[in-house]
Amino acid sequence: MDALLYSIPISLLLGGIGLAAFWWSIKNRQYDDPKGDAERILSDEFDDRPKQD
Amino acid sequence: MTVSPAPSRSVDEFEDEHVSASACPACIAAPSAEQMAKSGDIKGARIMLSLPTAHCAVCITDVERELMKQPGVKSARVNLTLKRASVDAEGDVEAAGLISALDRIGYEAHELDPGMLSATEADKRGRDLLMRIGVAGFAMMNIMMLSVAVWSGAEDTTRDLFHWISAAIAIPTTIFAAQPFFANAWAALRGGRLGMDVPISLAILLALGISLFETIHSGSHAYFEAATMLTFFLLVGRYLDYRTRAVARSAAEELAALEVPRATVLRDGVEAVVPVGELVPGDLIRVRPGGRIPADGEVIEGHSESDRSVLTGESLPVQVAPGMVLSAGEVNLTGPLTIRVTAAGKDSSLHRMADLVAMAESAKTKYTSLAERAARLYAPIVHLLSFSAFCAWAWVTGGDFRLAVNISAAVLIITCPCALGLAVPAVVTAASGKLFRKGLLIKDGTALERLAEVDTVVFDKTGTLTMGAPRPQNLSELSSEALSVAMALAEGSAHPLARALHDVAVGQGATPAMLEDLREVPGYGVEGRWQGQTVRLGRANWIGAEDGATTATHLGIGDAAPIAITFADSLRPGAEDAVAGLKAQGKQVWLVSGDVEGAVSELAARLGIENYRSGALPLEKAQLVNDLTHEGHRVLMVGDGLNDTAALAAAHVSVSPASALDAARTASDIVLLGKELAPVADAASIAVRARRRIKENFGISIVYNIIAVPLALVGLATPLMAALAMSASSITVSLNSLRLR
Repeated sequence: MDALLYSIPISLLLGGIGLAAFWWSIKNRQYDDPKGDAERILSDEFDDRPKQD
Repeated sequence: MTVSPAPSRSVDEFEDEHVSASACPACIAAPSAEQMAKSGDIKGARIMLSLPTAHCAVCITDVERELMKQPGVKSARVNLTLKRASVDAEGDVEAAGLISALDRIGYEAHELDPGMLSATEADKRGRDLLMRIGVAGFAMMNIMMLSVAVWSGAEDTTRDLFHWISAAIAIPTTIFAAQPFFANAWAALRGGRLGMDVPISLAILLALGISLFETIHSGSHAYFEAATMLTFFLLVGRYLDYRTRAVARSAAEELAALEVPRATVLRDGVEAVVPVGELVPGDLIRVRPGGRIPADGEVIEGHSESDRSVLTGESLPVQVAPGMVLSAGEVNLTGPLTIRVTAAGKDSSLHRMADLVAMAESAKTKYTSLAERAARLYAPIVHLLSFSAFCAWAWVTGGDFRLAVNISAAVLIITCPCALGLAVPAVVTAASGKLFRKGLLIKDGTALERLAEVDTVVFDKTGTLTMGAPRPQNLSELSSEALSVAMALAEGSAHPLARALHDVAVGQGATPAMLEDLREVPGYGVEGRWQGQTVRLGRANWIGAEDGATTATHLGIGDAAPIAITFADSLRPGAEDAVAGLKAQGKQVWLVSGDVEGAVSELAARLGIENYRSGALPLEKAQLVNDLTHEGHRVLMVGDGLNDTAALAAAHVSVSPASALDAARTASDIVLLGKELAPVADAASIAVRARRRIKENFGISIVYNIIAVPLALVGLATPLMAALAMSASSITVSLNSLRLR
């Protein structure tokens, strides 16, 4: 049962990282234009560097 | 059009003058730097453009690149989901310039009033709900992992450890994620009601409480995963509900923001553009040909014609001369007019009409949606069941309260309305998504349900079944010489009849004749000289012809007999399909118009509508809708004008085209985004199917309860069963809703 001592904290940590990433993406307004983002990936325009604001 | 700072200053001063008599002239001449900066701020902040045709990656890059090329533009970003571009630019960049630049590369663009859109920009509530869903989902999955271990046979200390970890995750999660339900339940209780949220909150809190108690006492059953799962599924339902509303609201706001309401005020001979809201009685305003009259007033100067179709439904323009009183909402057609404002803003006839709508709406009995009816039945039944289970078990076991509370909690958890909470929003989301792709915008969630009950459809004529744009009917009767003269004359005017004549002549490949001394006589027509003769195109009495019954313009060449060119309003595309489709669904179709008998009966015959009424005043339209309602019909009203708004508000459900006046769109539940009218018939059939799906969903959740509740009542329910029933019913309901797409 020693495995539990490692596996449970690890699984919670991994889940927590996922949650933190989700939190970041919402705060960073990643879901404002899902349709546009899906199309932008097809354009060469933004390949070399991120678009400057 | 953007407000330029200097003139708007002078108008502010003009306004001030009404308050204090001593407005200092120097301030008008040289506004203070601070005020200049303030108005510059408003102007240079951000330009929002609507891009209705943008749809692909190429569109994004084309539009952004073109906008960035414009001098003064700092950054431009296209949002394809909203079909908008936001541009950050220097103060002197005008939206009109950007729009014409985009037009040159083939993209249609319109300016949006950023003030109207501020609410959608900060979609705080949506993100907040999404965050709670994320947290609840994370907790649900982690606790489920631990619970599976317990269910598959973990015992003693291991089980207790798992329960404690679950508790550590579940309690903070529910406190955070289930807040919307707690807040609603609290509000409902304070108002003395039992909404859907009271049993939900009770179930969540009881599940947590019981589980914590059991965990402390090393019990075998804990419902932590049920509490988080409940929160998760119900939040998904809430979010779908919210999304549908937000999408509809943002599109409706966009329609409102498209009309940037401004008026040109004349002050000491200087023209200034001001928001319509700032007009006061006594102001002199100038209205150019083609412009909408912003406030009620008396004509001081100028001759023209006015199109009152949005106010009265008449398709024939009215002649305008000094001394005449015009109402807000009319369209000035031919000559520039100077008008002294007699009533503006709240007092204008436009607003009085809007008040009429507000009255009709408040008189309307509130529609009880299927979800509300379900909740009204559901909450008392569930509470009663749970409470009687508690009493019965306490009595049977002779006072074993731990067991009794456990069982009554299990009943509450198992009956908890996951599926019920998803039943309506999932269907409405699917249906309104489908309708949105067809060009229909549902503004109100219950509109779909009401649309499904409709058995009578009332159409307005001008602007709804027809485009409100006339087309010449008898051009083929003109000699090619006469046609080319008419065409050349038509080029000299912005009058809708002249424009239509010109467009059709171009389409027929005619070439304009060479004319001299071309000039427009406002209110009458266009005049010129051709091969030494005077040629005229315009009103019958000006040319020397008899006024006919139909809309017509007259062509006079020299002393020859005048030729009448008759016009008819063109049908809105899809009007025939819409009427035929609605009749095929067994609905009664009416046509009601403020226009004259001849025009209305002709259109009714063309579309195969048996019931029609002509010359109807706005109140008569509303009266007809009320009469039909009293006869037991459920009426769908389709209309666009101010004269329709009272009828739109009185109807069971109402549709207006996007070209309708703001007041009409506000009064209606559904807005047609495209030019096509055919989607109205589709909407009616989709609404019927959507209502069937909602009822099926209620059926599914009832079936699950019929199986699970007796088991819970006799004390056989386990946390595993609760989890299975909850997820299985939620998933079946969602899948059933998706069949609609």
